[in-house]
Amino acid sequence: MKTDAIFKSLADPTRRAIFERLSRNGEQTVRTLTDESGVSQPAVSKHLGVLKRAGMVRSRHRGRQTHYSAQPRALAPLVDWMKYYSRFWNDRFDKLEDLLKRMD
Amino acid sequence: MDTPATRSLVIEKELPHPPEKIWRALTQGSLIKDWLMDNDFEPVAGHKFTFRSTPVPNWNGIIDCEVLALEPNKKLSYSWGSMGMASVVDWTLSATARGTLVRMEQSGFGPDQDAAYKGATWGWTKFMGNLERVVAGME
Repeated sequence: MKTDAIFKSLADPTRRAIFERLSRNGEQTVRTLTDESGVSQPAVSKHLGVLKRAGMVRSRHRGRQTHYSAQPRALAPLVDWMKYYSRFWNDRFDKLEDLLKRMD
Repeated sequence: MDTPATRSLVIEKELPHPPEKIWRALTQGSLIKDWLMDNDFEPVAGHKFTFRSTPVPNWNGIIDCEVLALEPNKKLSYSWGSMGMASVVDWTLSATARGTLVRMEQSGFGPDQDAAYKGATWGWTKFMGNLERVVAGME
């Protein structure tokens, strides 16, 4: 399930911090992200790999550096959920009102 | 009133019926089925139950719930988990001159609280709040 993959990719606080940093500051290299995250470069690379497989970040090579950027659009399924529930509850409220009229 | 929000969803409506009657509609299984979904709800704190609707592609139609709190004719809360997404639904009934103010709030959207996410709750609330801004910048 898509929301599930998004949640799993963001379950780890370090990964979430990396994603938030990329969302806020735009494209960054692994080295910059490592300097700011307080974990080792291999660990950062591993986290980026998980985010990338979930479609949360994109990478491109320039020279010897790999640059990563956030893909906020990947969060759309979560936003869709909120929209879905808004419609859902409004619809159910109407049904509840219908029921109450019939009850007594 | 019902604008989609990532943090919580609130619907509030004054209905021309007494709280006692609305309470029955919210807590009696056969009545809940009439307006919400088929269920095995029991008005007992800690009771685990499911809402069941027709399965659709990518969704089995099942919502896993647990009664978190209830105060007859006033308050009812249950957890609401589906497809890896968890939230809490709170119902509040307040008597008014013309009937009852019914308030439904669904909040705390986040991943299902299995072990992998324990301790991350605060971070999630914050993250879902930030999400609103991230998404606003999308279009």
